Amino acid sequence: MSGTPLLSLAVWIPILAGFVVLATGSDRNAPLARMLALLGAVAGLLVTLPLYTGFDVTTPAMQFVELAPWIPRFNINYHLGVDGISMLFLILNSFITVIVVLAGWQVIDSKVAQYNAGFLIMSGLLNGIFCSLDGVLFYVFFEASLIPLYLIIGIWGGPNRVYAAFKFFLFTLMGSLLLLIALLYLFIQSGGSFSILDWHQLPIPRGAQLWIFVAFLIAFAVKVPMWPVHTWLPDAHVEAPTGGSIVLAAIALKLGAYGFLRFSLPIVPDAAHELSGLVVGLSLIAIVYIGFVALVQEDMKKLVAYSSIAHMGFVTLGFFMFSAMGIEGALVQMVSHGFVSGAMFFCIGVMYDRVHSRQIADYGGVVNTMPKFAAFFMLFAMANAGLPATSGFVGEFMVILGAVKYNFWVAFAAATSLIVGAAYTLWMYKRVIFGAVGNHHVEELTDINGREFLVLALLAIGTLGMGLYPQPFTEVMHSSVNELLRHISISKIQ
Amino acid sequence: MTLAEMQFVIPDLRPASAELFMLAMACGILLVDLFVKDKKRTLTFVLTQLALLGAAVITFMTSTGEIAYTFSNMYVDDLLGDLLKLLTYLTVIVVLFYSRGYVLDRPQMAKGEYYTLTLFATLGMMVMISANHFLTVYLGLELLSLSLYALVALNRDSVQATEAAMKYFVLGALASGLLLYGMSMIYGATGTLEITAVAERLYQGQANKSILVFGLVFLVAGIAFKLGVVPFHMWIPDVYHGAPTAITLLIASAPKLAAFAIVMRMLVNGLVVLAADWQMMLIILSVLSMAIGNLAAIAQTNLKRMLAYSAISHMGFMLLGLVTGVIGGDARFALNAYSSSMFYVITYVLTSAGTFGMILLLARAGFESDLLDDFKGLNKRSPWFAAMMMMMMFSMAGVPFFVGFFAKFSVLQAVVAAGYLWLAIAAVIFSLIGAFYYLRVVKLMYFDQPNDPSPIHAPFDVKLLMSANGLAVALLGIFPQALMSICAVALLRSL
Repeated sequence: MSGTPLLSLAVWIPILAGFVVLATGSDRNAPLARMLALLGAVAGLLVTLPLYTGFDVTTPAMQFVELAPWIPRFNINYHLGVDGISMLFLILNSFITVIVVLAGWQVIDSKVAQYNAGFLIMSGLLNGIFCSLDGVLFYVFFEASLIPLYLIIGIWGGPNRVYAAFKFFLFTLMGSLLLLIALLYLFIQSGGSFSILDWHQLPIPRGAQLWIFVAFLIAFAVKVPMWPVHTWLPDAHVEAPTGGSIVLAAIALKLGAYGFLRFSLPIVPDAAHELSGLVVGLSLIAIVYIGFVALVQEDMKKLVAYSSIAHMGFVTLGFFMFSAMGIEGALVQMVSHGFVSGAMFFCIGVMYDRVHSRQIADYGGVVNTMPKFAAFFMLFAMANAGLPATSGFVGEFMVILGAVKYNFWVAFAAATSLIVGAAYTLWMYKRVIFGAVGNHHVEELTDINGREFLVLALLAIGTLGMGLYPQPFTEVMHSSVNELLRHISISKIQ
Repeated sequence: MTLAEMQFVIPDLRPASAELFMLAMACGILLVDLFVKDKKRTLTFVLTQLALLGAAVITFMTSTGEIAYTFSNMYVDDLLGDLLKLLTYLTVIVVLFYSRGYVLDRPQMAKGEYYTLTLFATLGMMVMISANHFLTVYLGLELLSLSLYALVALNRDSVQATEAAMKYFVLGALASGLLLYGMSMIYGATGTLEITAVAERLYQGQANKSILVFGLVFLVAGIAFKLGVVPFHMWIPDVYHGAPTAITLLIASAPKLAAFAIVMRMLVNGLVVLAADWQMMLIILSVLSMAIGNLAAIAQTNLKRMLAYSAISHMGFMLLGLVTGVIGGDARFALNAYSSSMFYVITYVLTSAGTFGMILLLARAGFESDLLDDFKGLNKRSPWFAAMMMMMMFSMAGVPFFVGFFAKFSVLQAVVAAGYLWLAIAAVIFSLIGAFYYLRVVKLMYFDQPNDPSPIHAPFDVKLLMSANGLAVALLGIFPQALMSICAVALLRSL
């Protein structure tokens, strides 16, 4: 397989497939558009699999590297590569794209080609973000990926979609523009290099480190999202179509967290150490306070959106404790959250397609009419609450273990979320699924069909597999995480 | 003085051959048109396009890459000039194609004057681009401006257009006055109006600094007027809005290239010794333009007016590149800075031509299609052109993979390299504000239902050109290297 530009294929196959789907044009060709989209998504997934099978777990170096000059005028290169931190996200993203295409199969009946093309193109751009080793290339993918999601929320979204789409776009743009300035500053400081790996080695004085860290923090905190810049997420989730919510929760939120690992920690380690208290504090607020906010939500999508923010709080908490346990736990949490939150949004979508309501109050006793669905939903709800044997447990447990070593009270505060998380998830589950049949809508519900079963089964395999046997996921991370920790323990102030 | 000494020397005409050809063609077409009976004036149109094409061929063939002066050093031909002229011809050719249908639908405009005035305006731009003398700059500027005043008023029965023309004329005349006054001060201080000679005198330090700076203020004010940057921007929204869209397209595209050229000639070639002074002034103009342009654009309901404010903000952003050329007497960054500005202005012209072209594409007889609401639901009417317009909007907002991103990127890079971090931060904050109204256009096209669901009718050539224009915005965004290098080389060989 050596010599095959796997990463380029992972980026460009979905994008190319997106344009092919776009070319099918009007909705008369909708079945063709769907088939082509599925084909493209599966092809995109297949080319990412050799990344795992061919991955060398013993080295922290970048693998499958591709390097070609792109804009020599500014020394910008088309530089791709993955390590143990980023590799899993390419596979996760490509997997989620297949799920999304299947999720919109029957539900989306207007502008089918544009819908599927949007997701395919976005999938390629997101893969590009995870494997870019050049600052500008990263930035270009990072910002370009806003466009498809903006359109998806705005065109196929709910009643308040315009507000949500604008808020999403402008919030993220605000963060990323500051990121751009930081990148340009690093470009000048490093004497004309945009290579992220060069920047890792670049000595930077303390004052500059702090500023760069703040710029990175704003950019990535918006994307994660961290409290207090999280307000765009519930809006975007509520208005987005099911597919949009899945990608947003499963992949887009990971970009910010990934940015912390690829940029903040290794480029400005001293500032990261110095300001870690701030990030830990914000993460704890997200975990505890947002957890309580989730408790009172009446809208299921909003509830899961707030629970996503709380879960991402675990991720940022794990990063800034600077221990292998914390970072690996956070990474596992990211992958797990990809499966679980995607599944939660899909489950809500399944009910919404039938009843056209996301209000918890409009349901009750769904288990009577949709037993198979209720079983799947139970599994994902438990995973969301962090039940052992599901993937949700592994990451949270590792992060809390790491936190105990870091500071007992931090661990204590974070651990309360296990209780709050169980409370809001299971309470919602109880109100929606159990009890007597709530109204005639619920009475008329039909259980999931083959397509929905397939999607849920695929996600369930991921969730359970990772919960029961996490080693294949964690073993690829070890060397990269250890190298990262070794790197950030050395001061870059000279 | 004997008779022999008074011999008239024929100047070297080669560096100005394209201008001479253009002049001859413009006059020729003026005459030929008198005998054209055809209401559509196809012959005039074809001849005008041929004149532009011919000028392009001549400019290309006579380009040596060397700096050549003629007419007693009043005129210069260099790579920078050749490049900008070629782009000007190209822009005007595209403008004429875009405008053809619009002009034909409006009998008042479909006259020979439209074509000859456009050619004279082009000639004016060419003269500006190649000027090496303050008076040559003025000559070109007036030729351009006078042609444009008349063009704006071409649609005589339109009250709006007449008002716009009047405003443009009065304010434009004032600006010319300011410019001339500034030039006279510089003449007073240095004793010459030849740009390269002025630079030499300044290097020798013979000039009176206070008079010079006094003149410089007026000069910069005059330039700011022509560029349309705050606080000399008042005419831009009114003229862009009031003029017939075909003329707005012309005003909003090619003249920006010429304006950039005179900035380079006068401020950089001539007054670079005073860079610290004019850079300060341009910083103020630039920040104000980005602020007011972007904020005011949000409130507009008319697309032409919105784009006018957007033009103000873009010119402000372009100036950022010019203010970072000389830092503390060190001109190390000059090439980087000026070529980023040049790249910015070229890509802006490309995008601006496309957006106004799109308004023309949607316009019909009796329907201007210049309201934002007229773009509602364009994705339903024509997904292809909606996509083109979307790319242009995202490009203007500076979102990758479109060329506008790399334009902003290269300018910001120059600003950060020069150490003006606060300026870069201000620029991105205003870009963020600007993104809102570009996104709104995308929202109208994609999220809303059309008021008028009829499909779009446009001639094949216009559709083809519009597609090429849109795709160029995307392709240059993915492969910006070539154009960036061309800008850098042209400046390197000319400064």
